Amino acid sequence: MGSRASSLLREEEIEEIKKETGFSHSQITRLYSRFTSLDKGENGTLGREDFQRIPELAINPLGDRIINAFFPEGEDQVNFRGFMRTLAHFRPIEDNEKNKDPTASEPLNSRINKLLFAFQLYDLDRDDKISRDELLQVLRMMVGVNISDEQLGSIADRTIQEADQNGDNSISFNEFIKVLEKVDVEQKMSIRFLH
Amino acid sequence: MPAFSCAFPGCRRDLLVIVLVVFVGIGLPIEASAPAYQSHGTEGSYLTNVTNTKKAFPVLAVNYKHVRQPFEIALWILLALLMKLGFHLIPRLSGVVPESCLLIVVGLLVGGLIKVIGEEPPVLDSQLFFLCLLPPIILDAGYFLPIRPFTENVGTILVFAVIGTLWNTFFMGGLLYALCQIESVGLGGVDLLACLLFGSIVSAVDPVAVLAVFEEIHINELVHILVFGESLLNDAVTVVLYNLFEEFAKVGTVTVLDVFLGVVCFFVVSLGGVLVGAIYGFLAAFTSRFTSHTRVIEPLFVFLYSYMAYLSSEMFHLSGIMALIVCGVVMRPYVEANISHKSYTTIKYFLKMWSSVSETLIFIFLGVSTVAGPHAWNWTFVITTVILCLVSRVLGVIGLTFIINKFRIVKLTKKDQFIVAYGGLRGAIAFSLGYLLSNRHQMRNLFLTAIITVIFFTVFVQGMTIRPLVELLAVKKKKESKPSINEEIHTEFLNHLLTGVEGVCGHYGHYHWKEKLNRFNKTYVKRWLIAGENFKEPELIAFYRKMELKQAIMMVESGQLPSALPSTISMQNIQPRAIPRVSKKREEEIRRILRSNLQNNKQKMRSRSYSRHTLFDADEEDNVSEVRLRKTKMEMERRMSHYLTVPANRESPRPGVRRVRFESDNQVFSADSVPTVHFEQPSPPSTPDAVSLEEEVPKRPSLEADIEGPRGNASDNHQGELDYQRLARCLSDPGPNKDKEEDDPFMSC
Repeated sequence: MGSRASSLLREEEIEEIKKETGFSHSQITRLYSRFTSLDKGENGTLGREDFQRIPELAINPLGDRIINAFFPEGEDQVNFRGFMRTLAHFRPIEDNEKNKDPTASEPLNSRINKLLFAFQLYDLDRDDKISRDELLQVLRMMVGVNISDEQLGSIADRTIQEADQNGDNSISFNEFIKVLEKVDVEQKMSIRFLH
Repeated sequence: MPAFSCAFPGCRRDLLVIVLVVFVGIGLPIEASAPAYQSHGTEGSYLTNVTNTKKAFPVLAVNYKHVRQPFEIALWILLALLMKLGFHLIPRLSGVVPESCLLIVVGLLVGGLIKVIGEEPPVLDSQLFFLCLLPPIILDAGYFLPIRPFTENVGTILVFAVIGTLWNTFFMGGLLYALCQIESVGLGGVDLLACLLFGSIVSAVDPVAVLAVFEEIHINELVHILVFGESLLNDAVTVVLYNLFEEFAKVGTVTVLDVFLGVVCFFVVSLGGVLVGAIYGFLAAFTSRFTSHTRVIEPLFVFLYSYMAYLSSEMFHLSGIMALIVCGVVMRPYVEANISHKSYTTIKYFLKMWSSVSETLIFIFLGVSTVAGPHAWNWTFVITTVILCLVSRVLGVIGLTFIINKFRIVKLTKKDQFIVAYGGLRGAIAFSLGYLLSNRHQMRNLFLTAIITVIFFTVFVQGMTIRPLVELLAVKKKKESKPSINEEIHTEFLNHLLTGVEGVCGHYGHYHWKEKLNRFNKTYVKRWLIAGENFKEPELIAFYRKMELKQAIMMVESGQLPSALPSTISMQNIQPRAIPRVSKKREEEIRRILRSNLQNNKQKMRSRSYSRHTLFDADEEDNVSEVRLRKTKMEMERRMSHYLTVPANRESPRPGVRRVRFESDNQVFSADSVPTVHFEQPSPPSTPDAVSLEEEVPKRPSLEADIEGPRGNASDNHQGELDYQRLARCLSDPGPNKDKEEDDPFMSC
């Protein structure tokens, strides 16, 4: 199984993914075997039901949203490139990357892109704002069913009011960044993939 | 007080300090000479009894022997605290020199004084130290240990604690042995095992010293937890090495089996300590579940279980410090969910108080013991020890960081490494261990002298210079940030996200196990250890309520709550018609809910207190305003029974349910002012209700969700009332009734 999997992944594809996402060779092959183990239909792409089969996602309050984040706009299948592109956001920021020339495009795992990824998980309608309803939805998913709507509502209002600076009663991306400036996003949004 | 007026501001303060010094100067000779006096006294009375059959009834007699020991103890503690008081009155001094240094100097002076008088200065008795002085400090540290940074860095901390200490021991022991081999030094008699024993004593970073120095420099959380965690966890290593080398030194030879047993012993000591601590921690948590009727003794359970954990593990030669830490960490979340707010405050203050006293006494005694102790000075040995301490620490930190950084997401920078290395202070534990060395070791005095020198060097030189160095190197300081609901929500959001992504990758990492632990905790453990229904509450909600409470208290404090008297008066006329009758049962229910709310709110206050001198600000405000609150509480309670209506019960939303809010008024104290009540419809019409007070406030879809904003007086009014309402709600007596609060532990705000 393992050898068949890696033979399906061509060298030039690995190189492209490497350039795009910054993962190393071993990481890519490792994740490819994970990809194929999830791919029960063996057609080279993952559908939503493949993700839903993962037990950790089933019990995760944000499970559905995370699954959706892997699928590009309107599509129902994701191939390995897309899979890696999403996972690239969670690569730890390395020191040597910080010194790269500023003219190169922002790597996928930069702080801004990590925050953007998280922001888009809140902001489902992609209007670049987290509205009160979107926030309420997320809160409801996180705290469960025992809390009353009013209480959640007041938390949501308090949250928006704390972050909102331009008075539009919603959180824009810049306000989101500002609110999280004290949180160590580089650490909190990184998974130590094995080197 | 002298009658002359002070010409300049600092004068009074200096005067007080002089008075203190004089007091100390007088107090000690009295105490020191007391034993001499006491013996004369008894003899004298005996003689008089024999010679005179009847003597005049002694109206006034002195019997010092009777109270001698407690008197001396109390006097020592009192003098120590007066010294501490004196230091903080001299701001210039306390800004430059860390308190620990000053206390040691005072100890030196006191020791010198006693010696001059001709008495024998008391030495820091090891038993006293380990059984009485050390536990409060460690418990304080363990109970208030910041869990999140600790668990995030636990790998690094363990590596520093275990491997770092081992490295230090062998490096120092080995090099000192090599030194002793040199003929010119004249220490030929010292064998390898003795040197290694010495190395093990002197190489461990001391939690007391680290706490004392670091809490004044407010360094960033990462470095603080690294050094501090290391100082706590290296106790296991120190215990094992010390006992090991002592045993070997007795026997004189080491076999491979002994080494192997040593390694096994290490695991037994550390894991055993952890286990003992965990057992007592769970016991304490379980006990606290049933204390709702006996609130007064709740703090005692915390203290006693912890102390028992320490003593039990010391009994088995396990690591007492680790047991104590684990006990505190394990019991804290459950105990805090169960005990009343007052008990929580008591625990916090007592722990801070005891640890403060302990620390002060330790440093003073260290100074006194220096004067007292037998000394054998050997320039080479002592100087080499000091230098080797520094060198081995620096090398150890650099080497280990190099390895550790390969596994860390956030690497340790050079500055971090420097502070970690420089902050490795030695303290009283090393001294006590050295003192415990039996006299068999011919080098005991030499070792003691060297240990004291190292301690002095680290505490004075390193302790004093670390603050300017931190400034100089521009090391990141602790971020003083208000708790932000945004950060809390987004952090939890990211936690879930990362757990999910880890699941997708099939990678069982940090988040995965944390999530598993949380789930286990929620489903099984909390059920057993937390009283009532509180175990269901999500952390986010608890955090939010804590924030709201703090803010409400701050608003009461700053007097922002308006009285709005005119509207009150107009309301009073309308009121009697508008208020429906409240049934007794309803009333009881409401009162019960309010009480439980207070308990939930107030005891979720998390404190991030490292500091010995000041507690977390909000709690200070809390306590200051507590007096005011208590007065209003009485009035509120009385009136609640008259004016309360149905609160919104989430399970049964009655049609037209009205929310109750109290008009905030500063004149609650007066008997004739009536707190007014206004009603909001759950789905408010665009026109204000006749009974509603909100004419000025622009209507919004969900009224009580209208939280503060810099939107003008009306909204402030509104917000103030909202907060005051929550506050009023929280004013009932802490302590839930034992009968169930099934329905709705959360009052919807």
